[in-house]
This record gives sequence, C-alpha cells and structure tokens, in this order.
Amino acid sequence: MDIKQTKIFAAKIRLETVKMIGKRGFGHVAGSLSVADALAVLYNDVMQVRPENPTWDGRDKLVMSKGHAGPALYSALALKGFFPMDWLNTLNQPNTKLPSHCDAKLTPGVDATTGSLGQGASVAVGIALARQMDGLDARTYLFLGDGECNEGQVWEAAMFANQHKLANLTAFVDYNKRQLDGTVAEVMDLGDIAAKFASFGWYVQVVDGSCVEEIHKALTTTGGTDNTDGKPLCIILDTVKGAGVSVIENVEMNHHMVVEGDLLNAAIAECEAILAELGA
Amino acid sequence: MSIIYDGSLDKIVYKTVFGETMEALAKADPDVVYLDADLMASIGTRDFWKRNPKQAINCGIAEANMIGVAAGLSSAGKKPYCHTFGPFASRRVFDQAFLSVAYGGNNVRIFGSDPGVTAAFNGGTHMPFEDIALYRAVPNATVLEISDGAMLKTLMWQLKDYKGLSYTRLTRKAYPTIYSDDHKFTIGKGEVVRAGKDAAIIACGLMVGEAMAAAQTLAAEGVDVQVIDMFTIKPLDVDLVLNAAKTGMLITAENHNIIGGLGDAVAATLLEAGVSPKFKRIGVNDRFGQVGPQDFLQKEYGLTAENIVNTLRGMA
Ligand SMILES: Cc1ncc(C[n+]2csc(CCOP(=O)(O)OP(=O)(O)O)c2C)c(N)n1
Repeated sequence: MDIKQTKIFAAKIRLETVKMIGKRGFGHVAGSLSVADALAVLYNDVMQVRPENPTWDGRDKLVMSKGHAGPALYSALALKGFFPMDWLNTLNQPNTKLPSHCDAKLTPGVDATTGSLGQGASVAVGIALARQMDGLDARTYLFLGDGECNEGQVWEAAMFANQHKLANLTAFVDYNKRQLDGTVAEVMDLGDIAAKFASFGWYVQVVDGSCVEEIHKALTTTGGTDNTDGKPLCIILDTVKGAGVSVIENVEMNHHMVVEGDLLNAAIAECEAILAELGA
Repeated sequence: MSIIYDGSLDKIVYKTVFGETMEALAKADPDVVYLDADLMASIGTRDFWKRNPKQAINCGIAEANMIGVAAGLSSAGKKPYCHTFGPFASRRVFDQAFLSVAYGGNNVRIFGSDPGVTAAFNGGTHMPFEDIALYRAVPNATVLEISDGAMLKTLMWQLKDYKGLSYTRLTRKAYPTIYSDDHKFTIGKGEVVRAGKDAAIIACGLMVGEAMAAAQTLAAEGVDVQVIDMFTIKPLDVDLVLNAAKTGMLITAENHNIIGGLGDAVAATLLEAGVSPKFKRIGVNDRFGQVGPQDFLQKEYGLTAENIVNTLRGMA
C-alpha cells in the first residue's frame, strides 16, 4: 500500500463529506467522519471493485449497516469514479441518487439498502453465505456502529456467521463510543465489545481507527484475507465521533447536527490543511 | 373550548409538548414509566432522562426489547409510554407489540414520531406509510394521529389510564393550530373542525391543516366544505362518518398509504351502512417513501390542499 495516497484519499473523503453536508446545512456528519479512514483503506488498497462496472459479479461487497454514514461512502465512491463528483452536491435534494441513508437501488456502488440499524448485519451475512455457496472468491465488508450493536439482530447475525463458517466476511465496528442520546456507556453499555465478538466465534482485532497502516494490517493478516479456519473477522475501529475535524468532534451532541457558517468554514479549512500537509 | 384555526402554525413544536407532558405525567403518577430507544434527544426528553432516570429509561437502539420490557412493566403494574420513530415503533416491533402487549393483555402506549412525509430528510427508510395499517389490524388496539399540540397534550394524559395497546403517530415539528388549549377530546369521537353542507373531508394529522386550507379556497368559490379531524382512526367515529356522507361528496385525506389507512376504514363503514356518496381517498398511492424536503414530498405524493381542491372539483 502507498500510505500517503491512502491518507490523501481519507482526507478527501472527509473534505467531501463536510462540504456535502454543509451544502444541505445539517446531517449525520460525525458518524460519517469516523469511518473515513477505514473506507479509504478499503477502496484505495483492498477491495476488488470495478467503478466502470459497479454490478460486476466478482466484486467485493460492502454493507454500510450504519446507513446514516452514507455521505462518507458516497464520497469514497465518487472519488473512486463510480459516479461524477458533482452528484455529491445533491445529497438529500429532491430526486437525488444520494439519500441520507444508503440505498442500493439508487446509488452505483452501494451494495445494500440500510437505515434501520441492525438489519445490514444480516444482509451482509446473507451476501457472504451466497458467495460461499457459489465458491466465489470475494469478500463482504460490513460496517456496524457501536450503538447499533444494541440491536439483538447484530448478535443473531454474529452467531449465524460463526455457525456457517463465513470466513469471507469482515465486520468493522466503529467504536466511537457515542450513539444518539449520549455515550454508549450511559445509554446501553456494551462492555467489552472485542470479547463479545470473540465469544461468538469471530477473530477479533482492535486497531486505531484513524491509522490507515493498522487498518490495512488487520485486513491483510490473520483472520483477514489469509483466513483459512472458517472464522469471520471482526475489526474494532477505535475511533472518535467526528474524527479528524476538531470543530465537529468537540460538539457534545454531534450525531445529527447543523453544519453551516463559521463551523462549516472551519471544518473545511481543517480538511484542506490536512490535504496541504500531505502535499495533495 | 373551541376551534381557533387561522392557518398559522402552533408556536410550540410537538417534541417540546411531548417532553414537557411526559415529565409532568411522571411527576403526577409514580407508576408512569417512559421508555425510549436512543431517540430522547430527538423528541425532547433527554433532560427528563437526566433528571429522573428511574422513570425515564433509555433502552438503547433495541426497539423490540423495549416493547417487550414495556409489556413486562405493564403486567407488573406500571404504566409504560414508549417512543421511537414511526417505522421502528411499528414495523420493527410489531410482533412484540402484537403478542407481548396486545394479545398478552397489557397496557402500553406506543408513540411513533415523524409520520409519513414529515420524516423528510431521513428518507424512505424512516418514512412510515404503513404504521396505521399495521396497528389497525391488531385486535382492540387504539390508533390515534395527532393534528395539533393541544390535542397531543390532552391525549397523552387521557392515555395514562387507558387499557390495552395504543399507537399514536405524531410529528416532532408543528402543524397549524386547530384547537384552543382547553379543548376536550374523546377517543372514539372525531372533531368537526369546520361545518359545511356541500362536501366533507375526513382527514387526520398533517392533512387536517391541508383540508382546512382547501375548504377555505373552495369557500371563496361558494362551495361549503365540512372538515372532520378523525384523530381517532380506531375506534373510528362511525356516526360522524355517516353524518358527513349526507353531504353527498366525501374525501378522505391521510399522510399514509391509501391501503389500510383512514380511507379504507371510512370506505368500509360507508359500504356496510349502505351509504354511497361520491367518494375518493387521498393519500400515498401504494408507493415507498423517499428523501427530500417536506414540501417537495407533499407535492410528490399529492398530500396538499391543492390536490384536495382539484379532487373535489373533479368529483362535483
Ligand atoms: C432501528 C433503528 N433505530 C433507531 C434509529 C435512529 N438512529 C439513527 S443513528 C442512531 C445512533 C447510532 O449510533 P451508532 O450506531 O453508534 O452510530 P455512530 O455513532 O457511529 O454514528 C439512531 C438511534 C435507526 N436508524 N434505526
């Protein structure tokens, strides 16, 4: 992997996410920013996809089960060339192809429709099972929120993945420690999330979710692409809600927030400064 | 006690009314328990939770568990009120609501916010056009749709000692004011919010204000239209429906799929009573929701005063 290129890709995802939500004036910006680095590694270095042929059968698939992080995924897809960059200006506008929550019927490159938390977990498991049945050498990537892991359905899917030895499945948990009403600890404490997935029979790796090298290593070592003993892989991304944009990180209730005026300008400036530092 | 509609929006948004009323209820009755699924900040109850975590319980993003817990609380003598967004308060919890609550004989008040197009920017996944249909099909369930802030407050109090399962859909924003603060409501009795003899519109929720605006437009043309707020979708006010039918021309208007909603309930009532006025249902015509501003969505699905006016003109 070219670490610098991946970092640039992540910074661009952040910039586009902030601009897109800023255009509308409000949105799920913080939970989008916290998955930017993992998406950058996946789309820049790991996933086998063909932007010019988004429905190519042999592709790796991605299910953004925390569907409100659509803006980050749309940025990654546009940067990768799945659709023109100017679509990003249409987020949540009438007749858009980019709705607030991911919609596979509308957006090239989006592999599953999500928005009701928990449901994407089962859909990802179903996709992985089909690929196992077909003997297709392609992986399925699932993104879960930590708050989302309150849903029993996540654990039903986790059990199923182990039972059916879905070694071709990788789940990321965006462990940003916040959900909508406050911290995960005060709303519905998850305890030791890594131990929970391990006890469900998964390989678990905990990485710094803002470090593209660590994410890449987790994806390409034990339990990742060389997994041979049938365990699904869970990568816990230790992140911050709003990661990489301090003016958004610092807002206490930042799940769905107003992004306009000075705050928007400051957020854009932060993203641009990072890009400049990276020489992009 | 009166109708005070003048087209202006309620000054207090309904999430504020909901939050204040919920806290007042808990204060008044120690058996009241409020449950939410990580959407307290969205419905104006987060401060209440911080102040009184014994009576305001955050269940996290686990709606089905929340309704099951509510059933258990009810069976042990508590009076649970539950809230989440409409799609999750209906589809996502339907078996728990049906079985643990209704079939199990428990008393649970379920509130689903952001009905239909009021979900706006959250898009199709969050836009329930089927929640009324689902809950109408639960034996003995009560199904209400809020059209006004004073109504929300009054009905939340009435539901405290109400038996069985109730489902109430409400916007977190505000609709045009219809009623004075002291207006009395009776579940099972709809409200005639405008008298009229040439035609009648039976509406609920968002569409009550649209119906009032439509009636005003038609009044300027000399057409005298009655408007009924059928906030009590189940039990339906059959007498009021049959009375409205005497105008000879009836329209229903709802922010919901026309399949299984208010329009179907009214149609069945008319047919079984052997009454057949000219009749049309306005509502979402068997489509899914989508993302966008509410005014765009209202036009897209025909949920406007203009569409009511044109439909009535076409029937005359
Ligand atoms: C079934 C369901 N319940 C509730 C919601 C509303 N909702 C959307 S995002 C969210 C909080 C999500 O928290 P988390 O999974 O931790 O996401 P993140 O903090 O990473 O954005 C809630 C409650 C939903 N979309 N689906």
